[in-house]
Amino acid sequence: MRVVVDLNRCQGYAQCCYAAPDHFELRGHEILFYDPAPPEAKRSQIERAQQACPVRAIAVEPADLAAGDEP
Amino acid sequence: MSDETLFAQVLDPKNRADPYPLYARMRETPVSRQADGSYLVSTHAALSSLIFDPRLSSEDLPPSRRPATGNPLKDWILNPIRNRVVNAHRPLIFRDPPDHDTLRGFVMKEFTIARVRDAHAKVATLVDALIDKCRGRDTVCLVDDLSYPLPVAVICELLGVPEADERQFHAWATRLATALEPDARHDEAGRREIAATFDAISDYMRRLIREKRRHPADDMLSGLAARGGRGRPVMGDIDLISTAILLLVAGHETTVNLITNGMLTLLRHPDELEKLKADPERAPRVIEEILRYEPPVHFRTRKALGAIAVAGATIPAGSPVVLMLAAGNRDPARFTQPDRFDPERNDNQHFGFGGGLHYCVGAPLARIEAEIALVTLCRRLVAPRLLDDPPPYRPGASLRGPKNLGIAIAGIA
Amino acid sequence: MTEVQRPGIVVVGASLAGLRGAEALRDRGYDGPLTLVGDEPHRPYDRPPLSKHVLAGELPADATALPQLTRLRAQWRLGRPAAALDRERRVLHLADGATLPYEKLLIATGARARTWPGDGADLAGIFTIRTRDDARDLRAALAKTPGRVLVIGAGLIGCEAASCCRDLGLAVTLVDPNPTPLARLLGTAIGATLAERMRGAGVDFRPKTMVRALSGEAGQVRRAHFAGGEVLETDLVIVALGATRDTGWLAAAGLAADAGGLTCDGACRAISIAGEPDSDIYAAGDVARWPNPLYGDRPMTVEHWGNAVDQARHAAANMMAAPSAQQPYRHLPAFWSSQFGLNIKLAGHTAGADALALVQGSRASHRFLAVYGKAGRSIAAVSFDEARWLPAYAEAVAAGARFPPFPDAIDQPRVERLEPGFPAARPPAHRAAPALEASHV
Repeated sequence: MRVVVDLNRCQGYAQCCYAAPDHFELRGHEILFYDPAPPEAKRSQIERAQQACPVRAIAVEPADLAAGDEP
Repeated sequence: MSDETLFAQVLDPKNRADPYPLYARMRETPVSRQADGSYLVSTHAALSSLIFDPRLSSEDLPPSRRPATGNPLKDWILNPIRNRVVNAHRPLIFRDPPDHDTLRGFVMKEFTIARVRDAHAKVATLVDALIDKCRGRDTVCLVDDLSYPLPVAVICELLGVPEADERQFHAWATRLATALEPDARHDEAGRREIAATFDAISDYMRRLIREKRRHPADDMLSGLAARGGRGRPVMGDIDLISTAILLLVAGHETTVNLITNGMLTLLRHPDELEKLKADPERAPRVIEEILRYEPPVHFRTRKALGAIAVAGATIPAGSPVVLMLAAGNRDPARFTQPDRFDPERNDNQHFGFGGGLHYCVGAPLARIEAEIALVTLCRRLVAPRLLDDPPPYRPGASLRGPKNLGIAIAGIA
Repeated sequence: MTEVQRPGIVVVGASLAGLRGAEALRDRGYDGPLTLVGDEPHRPYDRPPLSKHVLAGELPADATALPQLTRLRAQWRLGRPAAALDRERRVLHLADGATLPYEKLLIATGARARTWPGDGADLAGIFTIRTRDDARDLRAALAKTPGRVLVIGAGLIGCEAASCCRDLGLAVTLVDPNPTPLARLLGTAIGATLAERMRGAGVDFRPKTMVRALSGEAGQVRRAHFAGGEVLETDLVIVALGATRDTGWLAAAGLAADAGGLTCDGACRAISIAGEPDSDIYAAGDVARWPNPLYGDRPMTVEHWGNAVDQARHAAANMMAAPSAQQPYRHLPAFWSSQFGLNIKLAGHTAGADALALVQGSRASHRFLAVYGKAGRSIAAVSFDEARWLPAYAEAVAAGARFPPFPDAIDQPRVERLEPGFPAARPPAHRAAPALEASHV
């Protein structure tokens, strides 16, 4: 699946890191490192991270889009 | 009607069950001055702006220099009954950077991802055990049966407070949380009682911390009490005690409301309850919408250090500011159909856990507890039905939630 | 229905701006044919991680495909660059000879990396970082543990690349004609903090240094010859000299386009050489040069992630709106960069700053927030690991607040005023030397 975080918005609240620790990691004081291509099997974790973000910075490709509409 | 009257009505227990029409009227003036010089902030845009504003301080004015004014709100903000807390022990929610950051840093270092993850299994087991206890009954009293005991047990375990002492904490935590409410500090007897509670819990924590230093365990309190370089404690005892009390009280008083408000909302929207039951993966969206729609904390106070121009008004330096978070959560300028409970809504940027540098430390844990509790309740309560609507509420207008929630059931699955 | 033959909207450029623009068209109800043209063979991908986690080997180069947020029902023409635009016939020519008719066009062709303009450009071991393939090739070369890496240009990309090299344990020299890194972007007062930080991390930073030529052996780069005469042994060179806007294909289109961008009006409509907006051609992202009302309608290009997203969405909204309902695009530029363990964020535009105030934290701690002023107004704010306060200062900048804003903030014992130290406009003597464009924005 495909994920992108708007790091202009990100404030380092780290809620995503608790929700999906294997795919979001806070480094230093406020650098967010995340996995832009987590396995589809982790979708529920990733969507938890997306929902938990206090500044709504995480965009996740919906499952029904991932299936079709390919270039 | 002036906004001061509106806020007085918010504080009035008879409006506890549904303060939202009052909030709607408040939002007509996004930033409104009250007769006592304090400012109410109620729109999403104004709150979003102020929540990141470095001119808003969380530190109280020195209370001793402020005699009682007779106005409950002003007294609450400027001369609170938590004088003792403020003078002797200032927890991080009442501190600004850099002290706030230092204290929060200590807490975050112990509030690890691993600890929160490990709490998951414990929460699941506890929830099932608490629901099992309701077998054979036709009524569940949600607060007593689950909403209260669950977070208490979880925070005690996380902190490393012996389970045997939980009963004692129940009373202390309730008393201290009440101390934060504006209407709790009118009578001298109440003040004395809160002070005595504070002394008791402080003494308890002091003893416990001594014990943790002697016999460290794998818990947050042991971590916080640990000695750093040259054998000196990393945190001073006063900070350590106030932090421990804060975590304990916060862990008691807010998650209770989140779970109870959540179940109340689902019972009022049976279609949503059924959807959650059928698809537990909806839970994260449901939880965020509960945090917007019926948040556990309705308002917080700050003080303007400088003049702040916001939403067409200017808050003068020195003014107390009341951030009406729950009013912002229902702002139609930010949320379409704000009074509709709709877990499907996108871009749900709410103030359910506050925001800015004081964003709720325990949010990840609260989310886990609420999710497991609500999903399990939906799955296991057979034909749940709300007995009293609205239910009776606890006194708090800020830390707002039902005193109890009677649910008629046809059995436990 | 004769609609079958309708050419519909063509989006030229299949990166962040093109994708978000196309999505916004669908979100706003555009139901006709939609075609996305991209010069690279890849579906839209995210670039910021390329110069960070991809170089560091933490992410494969192909991992950063962008999520698609709306069903596009689009025709994709990937790996087929646009070659020319015929506005009269309303036809786009692709490099492979194909032609695409259009009703409306959204131009989001972005920019391409400046390559090494001096001697030695044909040697192996010289890299740029712009595309996914660039990053893949450079990553592969870094993984072979070169002896010393030379990074030419201490702008954002150059600094991030140097940071990755240190993370990989590689010896790295970073050269720039200015006294500090990020000098043109942030000024030398702030740049000095970063210089200190990167030197602490083991970077051999050479300020006021230009590379005259690269030379090699057996076709492989081996040495860099500095303008001052010094010779540096190196076997891997990263050229980080900024980018030029991808407008070459517009040469005969009759639009006001050059290497600095495609000129647009406030509504993001492309301007013809006659000075009139073409009501059917819009532009967004790195390539678009538009008058930004936030900065007195000064024409600017903003080569940052946030602008690609916002401007594409704005242009799409205008494409769907009536000519009388075109909205001007107001944008507060913003970027982030992570390097040397620091999170650096900027909100605003520092150009022309005549004052700088440190309003939170301290330079010594490498955690601070500073505000740039121009003629008494706040025009930009930069944070080093203090992002939490940035929204408040960004709001002040957007509102044109006096400089410095907020004299009474918490955690602010005093406001330290500094000279921002922006380098003078490029001195003529340097103009001939290739490394002069080094500190790109």
